[in-house]
Amino acid sequence: MEKRVTFRGWLLPLCLIAPQVIISAVFFFYPAGQAIWQSLFIPDPFGLSMQYVGLGNFEYLLSDKFYRASFVTTGVFSILVTLVSMIPALFLAVMADRLIKGAGVYRTLLIWPYAVAPAVAGVLWLFMFNTRVGVVSWYLGNLGYDWNHVLNGNEAMGLVVVASAWGRISYNFLFFFAALQAVPRSVIEAAAIDGARFWRRFFTIVLPLLSPTTFFLLVVNVVYSFFETFGVIHTITSGGPQQSTTILVYKVFADGFVGQDLGSSSAQSVILLIVVGLLTVLQFKFVEKRVHY
Amino acid sequence: MKKFVIGAIAAATTAMSPIGAMAQTEIQFWHAFTGRLGELVAAQVDQFNGSQSDYTVVASHKGNYSETLNAGIAAFRAGEQPHVLMVFEVGTATMMAAGGAIKPVYEVMAESGAAFDSDAYIGAVKGYYTTTDGQMLSLPFNSSTPVLWVNRDAMEAAGVDPDTDLSTWQNVDAVLEQLKAGGEDCPLVTAWQSWIHLENFSAYHDVPFATKDNGFAGLDTELALNGEAQVAHLTKMGEWAKDGEFIYTGRRNEGGANFRAGECALFTESSAGYAGIKAEAEFAFDVRPLPYWEGVGNAPQNTIIGGASLWVMQGHEAEEYKGVGEFLSFLSSTPVQAQWHQDTGYLPITVAAGDATKEAGFYDENPGTDVAVIQMTAKEPTANSKGLRLGSFDQIRGIIDEELEGIWAGDKTAQEAMDSAKERGDALLRRFEQANK
Repeated sequence: MEKRVTFRGWLLPLCLIAPQVIISAVFFFYPAGQAIWQSLFIPDPFGLSMQYVGLGNFEYLLSDKFYRASFVTTGVFSILVTLVSMIPALFLAVMADRLIKGAGVYRTLLIWPYAVAPAVAGVLWLFMFNTRVGVVSWYLGNLGYDWNHVLNGNEAMGLVVVASAWGRISYNFLFFFAALQAVPRSVIEAAAIDGARFWRRFFTIVLPLLSPTTFFLLVVNVVYSFFETFGVIHTITSGGPQQSTTILVYKVFADGFVGQDLGSSSAQSVILLIVVGLLTVLQFKFVEKRVHY
Repeated sequence: MKKFVIGAIAAATTAMSPIGAMAQTEIQFWHAFTGRLGELVAAQVDQFNGSQSDYTVVASHKGNYSETLNAGIAAFRAGEQPHVLMVFEVGTATMMAAGGAIKPVYEVMAESGAAFDSDAYIGAVKGYYTTTDGQMLSLPFNSSTPVLWVNRDAMEAAGVDPDTDLSTWQNVDAVLEQLKAGGEDCPLVTAWQSWIHLENFSAYHDVPFATKDNGFAGLDTELALNGEAQVAHLTKMGEWAKDGEFIYTGRRNEGGANFRAGECALFTESSAGYAGIKAEAEFAFDVRPLPYWEGVGNAPQNTIIGGASLWVMQGHEAEEYKGVGEFLSFLSSTPVQAQWHQDTGYLPITVAAGDATKEAGFYDENPGTDVAVIQMTAKEPTANSKGLRLGSFDQIRGIIDEELEGIWAGDKTAQEAMDSAKERGDALLRRFEQANK
């Protein structure tokens, strides 16, 4: 039976939920409302005048083929970041889970990259792959591969994906590792007695038992790749070469803070809000059905 | 205990504020300079503060050019704007269009009664920041223009006479081929590709970059950078890129690192690159005028500037504006300007500062430092070479960068890329026009 606490009056429960409601209102509903309002205007940068354009900003954006292309870029980028940050994390967690000696050290070292801010991570990777002084590009050059992410869009995409996913691996590792510890030993031992080998046990027992964590991480990582990778893109490629790494959130920044076009920028925020909302609904509707709690 | 803490804070704050600060009018100055340039700005401000006792200028660094402009805009919206804001030349149209946010410099100077003669400023520098009828809107602060930097040692190593005439692109074309044949891996590199190879290229050849006198005559301007001259130049550069004679290193001044390390033979970069190259280059180098295509347009016309100017913001007291006037007048004075020009490699903003530098023998001791001055001032600017005044120009440059990358990668022809840049840029110009109706 579900346990419920019942309050006698209204005052106490209201006070208890007030902090959360206030924080959401101040940091989410108010700015989101402002964005929706502003998306209906073309304001001048200094806020001296505003032209009401209705849905004109949306029309302008959706008729721009570069903006539409940015959806594809964002899709490719998010899928890659999610995969590159989750699969190695799972692998590392499984390996760390098997360790008997030195697990603590190994674990601590793996968590470190998470402490690095995205913009700093971007600069670190940029240095390694710098076409002139980068260590990695120098080795690649010795192997006969001419690395040039300044002109090659695929290489640029690869670089921003790795730089964005790198710190995220630690975060995902932490969750996978905790979830692995929660897998009952008895089930695994029973399977082992029945003759199931390690990888067989992993795919038929452990992975399904990890599904709530995997699902949670999927949602969180998709949201991360949509919104928080801005610093990496900004420091490494500024959206280039051509438009090969211009993801939606970077375009919001570029139009709003480089172009001072707040109308278009607000409209893009609204579109982004809708896209992420839809994605999350889809994930909960379809993916969650396959999750076993 | 509480009383003691409050007392201590009060005592500490009193002790920290300089004596007599109450009587001085404070003037906020937001700029975008760090490093050596930041130190030089701080020195100028200190000198001004020490030279009189009525005003205190407080200089604050607010990030790079774009960030400083954004900080100024955000501050204005919040009613916290500084008195003086440094804005890069690309933001000029944005500031000009914001009539309610700025106080034109000519007005500030007239009201303050500070010494000001708008004829004292170099035409090609001032032209960028004046109205069509010659009224100065913002005070030019740091201005530079692109020149050609030559690594003499690299030329010699590749078997090319370092004194070869490089004044035309025709000659450079031949030299690039010789350099490549002589084993040079990086014959030509550039910084600020749009600024040098399109904006300045257009002015130098006296062809329009945009209609309506490059935007000076109205907000209903359209880009004209897909003209014959520009496309021919970019086509040639695309060929150089394909043959490994032109190496693309990035949208900003990334190529400077390659050149200063001695890895490249020729480098098109701002004249303000002087301080860095002089400090780091371990090879013999030359400064030459930017090359032009012989027989194209009216080349050589004059090149245009890049850099920043100082805008005075609306919404302050008359007394404070008086101080702003004094400060701007101080910055334009001959000794301050001449010193700034010699320290930084930026152009002098007044004719007198240029003359003073010449008389002091600076150009003789530092050959090539006057190339930029001559290149900019040799001819009276035309409608095509006065400067550019385009809204959303920072973003348009981003578009141009993207399209140029298409050429260098061999994905697009120069004509396709520039047609696309025009189409995309025009869309932004129309939005800017609408926002500033």
